[in-house]
Amino acid sequence: MSRAATPVATTILYLGIAILYLPMVVLIAYSFNASPLVSVWGGFSVDWYLRLLHDEQILAAAWLSLRIGVAVSTVALLLGTLAAVALVRFRRFRGRLLLSGMVNAPLVMPEIITGITQLLLFISMLHVLGWPHRGALTILIAHVTFCTAYVTVTVQSRLQSADRALEEAAMDLGAGPVAAFLDTTLPIIAPALLSSWLLCLTLSLDDLVISSLVSGPGASTLPMVIYSKVKLGVTPDINALASLIISVVGVAVLIAGGTMRRAEKRRLLERQQTGS
Amino acid sequence: MSGASAVGARIARRASRHARWLIILPPLMYLFVFFLIPFAFALKISLADLALRVPPFTDILTMSHGDHIRLSLNLGNYRYLFTDDLYILSYLYSLRTAFFSTLICLLIGYPMAYAIARAPKSTQNVLLLVIILPFWTSFLLRVYALEGIIQEHGLLNSLLLRFGLIHHPLQIMQTTLAVYLGIVYSYLPFMVLPLFATLEKLDIALLEAAADLGSPPWRVFLEVTLPLSMPGVIAGSMLVFIPAIGEFVIPSLLGGPNNLMIGRVLWDEFFGNRDWPVAAAVSIVFLVFLAGPIAVYQHYSVKQIET
Repeated sequence: MSRAATPVATTILYLGIAILYLPMVVLIAYSFNASPLVSVWGGFSVDWYLRLLHDEQILAAAWLSLRIGVAVSTVALLLGTLAAVALVRFRRFRGRLLLSGMVNAPLVMPEIITGITQLLLFISMLHVLGWPHRGALTILIAHVTFCTAYVTVTVQSRLQSADRALEEAAMDLGAGPVAAFLDTTLPIIAPALLSSWLLCLTLSLDDLVISSLVSGPGASTLPMVIYSKVKLGVTPDINALASLIISVVGVAVLIAGGTMRRAEKRRLLERQQTGS
Repeated sequence: MSGASAVGARIARRASRHARWLIILPPLMYLFVFFLIPFAFALKISLADLALRVPPFTDILTMSHGDHIRLSLNLGNYRYLFTDDLYILSYLYSLRTAFFSTLICLLIGYPMAYAIARAPKSTQNVLLLVIILPFWTSFLLRVYALEGIIQEHGLLNSLLLRFGLIHHPLQIMQTTLAVYLGIVYSYLPFMVLPLFATLEKLDIALLEAAADLGSPPWRVFLEVTLPLSMPGVIAGSMLVFIPAIGEFVIPSLLGGPNNLMIGRVLWDEFFGNRDWPVAAAVSIVFLVFLAGPIAVYQHYSVKQIET
């Protein structure tokens, strides 16, 4: 598409981008406002950030969210990759339709429905089996469900474009199917694995609705604490926390994106050099 | 010897066929138990009665004396949904809000996706990253950030007051307008990305052919570009419409007491009234309503993966 872009569309594009970013930029700017009033600029200050370091409730919630997030991403990465391999590599098996339906449905299901139905399951399980108690564990189980779906879709599209010839060559040279997969296909899908792990981490760290529904007393994740504070109005310490999270995630995504693009270029170059 | 190796190969093949299940079963079982089964439980509980015990609803299957299994279905929860105005009105209200937000997203998102598709390759990657980035940052925090702009003493009102365009701060928070702003702001990237995916694949030669044959630009757009980008329009619209209809955070933080979207009603039913059978019934009816749009989305997204 080399033809000059329609000026109107381009104008709307840049306006749209400006609108997408303006609130975040303003939020970050005001997080350095010394005045507790949102509308009045009272000079530069990092007080609100320092105050965060002493907020036990927020620190505890952040630590809980982080632990849940890392566990969720790891389990979901494993389950989602298995599902993607099954859907791409095994053309026919019993339950294929069921599996592909179950990995696509969570992506479009409203969170509130997923959350309520899962809560009803956990309550019934607890009543009959005496397990699981509502809290960090039920949040983890619920997050793994929708994260697995995201991993499957991401890895699936990557796996579809991966060349199987290398893997077959490795097997012809005597490698077992598992070893052949690990040596040839795994490096190709590695960027997709990394990006889906990161995506799961941010999705899990961000989830409010499902966590609130399936959690029990005592287990409050970071979004749950933020929501209850925000419900009372805009506050300067939440400004600082929000700015911190937005910048950390933004920088991480940029670095991950850059690294992946470089790895991809290197891989393409190597392939050209080996003449395959 | 050859017979033995044939048998060996057959055993190996059968073994690998069984080994496949080591790959298929873990995700299949996990999603079956923790995603699909919950809907069965919701259905079951929606047919139960509210009861003062733990868990707070009755069993629909009970063993009566003489080993007869007694099935008592209570359709009262569903009847209640259709007699109480609150539920019907909030369904309709959610439907309307989601529909118009999707339309606004489409009207803004289409030119954006079009401009990205027409940009040079190097700019394209940067623009895509810029659109995707908000998707990675916290949804809750972006809604909160928007609140900072549109609240009574927020940036928008301060600017308008300073330039003398208004004399009193505009009341945007807790209005329907705030809910629309919130949904469009939050879901715009979901609209742009699938639209870009189809517009990028569009064969430019077709457009040039139409133009060469004398079609004015608007006709080229209406008769060639738009029909060919329909899969993207539908995928993007569903990606906005379906989550918007069940949205809870936006009406709860930005909307007022009148913006009763179904997600909010469900939340209140759960955390306020603790009436779980009714909440389960609302979820089931909601799901039935959503089955159509979800099926449309699945159909088009599967098509897009295959091509």
